[in-house]
Amino acid sequence: MSFTLDQIHTFTWLIPLPPLLAFALIVLFTNRSKLLSHTVAIGLMGVSWVLSWIVFFNSLGVHDFGHGIDIFGIKFDWLPFGNAATGTTPLTMGTLVDPLTGIMLFFVSLACLLIFIYSVGYSNYGKAADSHDQPGTPPHGVEPLYSRFFAYLSLFAFGMLLLVVADNLLLLFVGWEIMGLCSFLLIGFWHARDYPDPKQITPRRAAVKAFMTTRVGDMFMLLGIVYLYAQAGTLNFRDILHDPSVLLKLATTPSVITGLMVSHVVGLLLFAGTIGKSAQFPLHVWLPDAMEGPTPVSAMIHAATMVSAGVYAMIRMFPLLSAGWEHGHPLTPPMLAMAAIGTFTALFAATIAVAQSDIKKVLAYSTISQLGFMIASLGVGAYVAAAFHLMTHAFFKALLFLGSGSVIHGVEHGHRHAAHGAHGEHAAAAPVFDPQNMFNMGGLAKKMPITYWTFLIGGLALSGFPFITAGFWSKDAILGGAAEGGQWFVFFGLAAAALLTAFYTMRQIILTFHGAPRTAAAEHATERDSIFVPMLIALVVLAFFAVTAGWVGIPESFPVLGGLLPNWFHEYLGGTLIEHPPAEAFLPIALWTSLIVALGGLLLGWLAYRHYRKDAVDPVQRLLGPMFGVLRDKYYFDEVYETVLVRPAYWLSETFASVWLDKGLIDGTLHLIGRASMRLGQVFRDYFDLPVVNGSGDLVGNSVNRFGRAFRIIQTGKVQQYLLIVMAIVVVLGAVLLLPGLGR
Amino acid sequence: MVPLSWYLALAAALFCVGVYGVLARKNAVAILMSIELMLNAVNINLVAFWHYLTPQVPSGQMFTMIVLTVAASEAAVGLALIISIYRRRNTVIAEEIDLMKW
Repeated sequence: MSFTLDQIHTFTWLIPLPPLLAFALIVLFTNRSKLLSHTVAIGLMGVSWVLSWIVFFNSLGVHDFGHGIDIFGIKFDWLPFGNAATGTTPLTMGTLVDPLTGIMLFFVSLACLLIFIYSVGYSNYGKAADSHDQPGTPPHGVEPLYSRFFAYLSLFAFGMLLLVVADNLLLLFVGWEIMGLCSFLLIGFWHARDYPDPKQITPRRAAVKAFMTTRVGDMFMLLGIVYLYAQAGTLNFRDILHDPSVLLKLATTPSVITGLMVSHVVGLLLFAGTIGKSAQFPLHVWLPDAMEGPTPVSAMIHAATMVSAGVYAMIRMFPLLSAGWEHGHPLTPPMLAMAAIGTFTALFAATIAVAQSDIKKVLAYSTISQLGFMIASLGVGAYVAAAFHLMTHAFFKALLFLGSGSVIHGVEHGHRHAAHGAHGEHAAAAPVFDPQNMFNMGGLAKKMPITYWTFLIGGLALSGFPFITAGFWSKDAILGGAAEGGQWFVFFGLAAAALLTAFYTMRQIILTFHGAPRTAAAEHATERDSIFVPMLIALVVLAFFAVTAGWVGIPESFPVLGGLLPNWFHEYLGGTLIEHPPAEAFLPIALWTSLIVALGGLLLGWLAYRHYRKDAVDPVQRLLGPMFGVLRDKYYFDEVYETVLVRPAYWLSETFASVWLDKGLIDGTLHLIGRASMRLGQVFRDYFDLPVVNGSGDLVGNSVNRFGRAFRIIQTGKVQQYLLIVMAIVVVLGAVLLLPGLGR
Repeated sequence: MVPLSWYLALAAALFCVGVYGVLARKNAVAILMSIELMLNAVNINLVAFWHYLTPQVPSGQMFTMIVLTVAASEAAVGLALIISIYRRRNTVIAEEIDLMKW
């Protein structure tokens, strides 16, 4: 199919709308029908996907796409208060599709669509409703809040697509916040769930935690946007990022903070937003707890949308972040911060992941770690590598999450089967079984072969298994970028993180899929059920991309393999910047390091866990001793934040603000004023109103009354008496008037 | 010739008789008659003053005619009232007609 340029321009703003329409339709009309709801959601998401891919593939045919005016998009005056006389310009809104957006559209729309399809099976569509299921808890039968789930997912997809096609920071921020809301709604989707252990975080609290934590970052980001608008006079990406004079001005204007230029401050503030959204240290704490949401949500947050958005924003703003920097020169402050925090986060999260026993928690920390890779990569200026890793990571991390959801479903299935066989109808009274704990699994490879193979592919991609998987090429590109930039701290930090990544991935795969089943649940796990069909379809498609997505970015200079396929990714994405970034030079040290850490980590993991038996001590625990507890408990960050931030915040609001300030000072003052007013009113009433006002009023009335009483005796009703009185008065008056001297 | 003062004296005497009758009589018809007396005393005054003081202007006679007309109407209304009261209360004694008492 071929489309005119006008049609493509129109498609760019049509892309985000179908999921929004789906949200509205489901909420307003199809809420009662599960079939209609998921048909609407998936159908309209499919429309978005088709539009996205049309736009993306059409962009491939444009020569030098991204340069000058060779972009897709529309632009209109949003607040047309512009006035040529005063020199103000109207605030414009619009869409922008350049190579970076094209890549994002390519994988975001596909991943969203697959997650939607997967959710049909994950929410047990097709099963009968279970009478024990409470809305807001993980269901046994079909999900009671099925339609609501798809409505939220649709809104989430809308937020992400809006963010991706936005042509300015403000619209980007709108999509950003819509996703913040949706992540809150979806993490807390099982809001009625409670755990016997009061210390375990519930979905409700996880949702609030995620929302509050990202809010901290968002606040800084908004400040950055405002500051940027104040300094540059526009928020449009092309106007700022494609105009060397604007960038130069921003990079050389001193800011309010001594020693930092405007672009530095704006960059640091925007980066703070990304720290929150993409769960970088020190705001990483919300992401592992976000695992309380249903698994498709985890995939959505971790792969296709939320955290990708943070990295996307950084890649998008890279020209601003690096304004004034050239290859080989010292990094700008924002880049330095990104390199430091990214590297630290990558390593730090990887160490925590090693000691987790929850299958989803391992993946959550690996996400944080991989995001650290991307941020660090941007920090050292490896722009293309960061975008590359963002894309490949989206595919294999979505695959891993959806795979883990399939595993959890299979184990739960087996648990119910086993419990039913063992205890008959008393299954509900059995002790709490954690279907997410990897130590309750084992041997699933034979029970769930499709899940196993796809998970294996995802796991190898995450570890960076050489040459075949996507993860290898993108990670190699990042390491190469760090080495090329001479940032050896970043290089070795990331290399260590990559080693740990391969190790814990192998640990996860062996604990979950290999060896003998360690529980009855794992023994009876299965993927032969109608609900698994849509889930497995999504897994297989993602597995395909988890491998092949890396082949588009093989460096030309790579020995043997380089040049077999053109390094299309670099060529294409490079068009986003004003100047095409130079092709990465081939560095043997980077290649050898990638190979060694990936294979070494996998080998170590295999050596450590291949003989793991039921109830044995975790080999990592044996090796690390007391350090293991520290890792398992995430360096006690939650506890530290609880003590240092949460408790004081509660104290501030509950005790200081509520009891002392509000109830004590403000209410006290108000009560004092109230009581004083009462007293004053009483005084007025007693000494003025009652005696003076009421008294005089009553006096008039009473006087008239008494006067009437006194005089009524003369009204006898006898006409002749009246006449007599008249006569008498006439006589007297006559005498007074007529007789001189009597009245004087 | 009879001086003016005699007429005035007669009129005053007649008026006083009328006043006395109005104040002292119990019968409403009699009170009405006494009123006629007072009116006619005034008429005498009017005619006397006209004849002695301004014989060329006939205003005194005209006033007298008006007063007579009023007296006739008043007598007709008054008698009608009295008959009405009699029918209702079976009395024409002024003291017993005390509906206006408090």
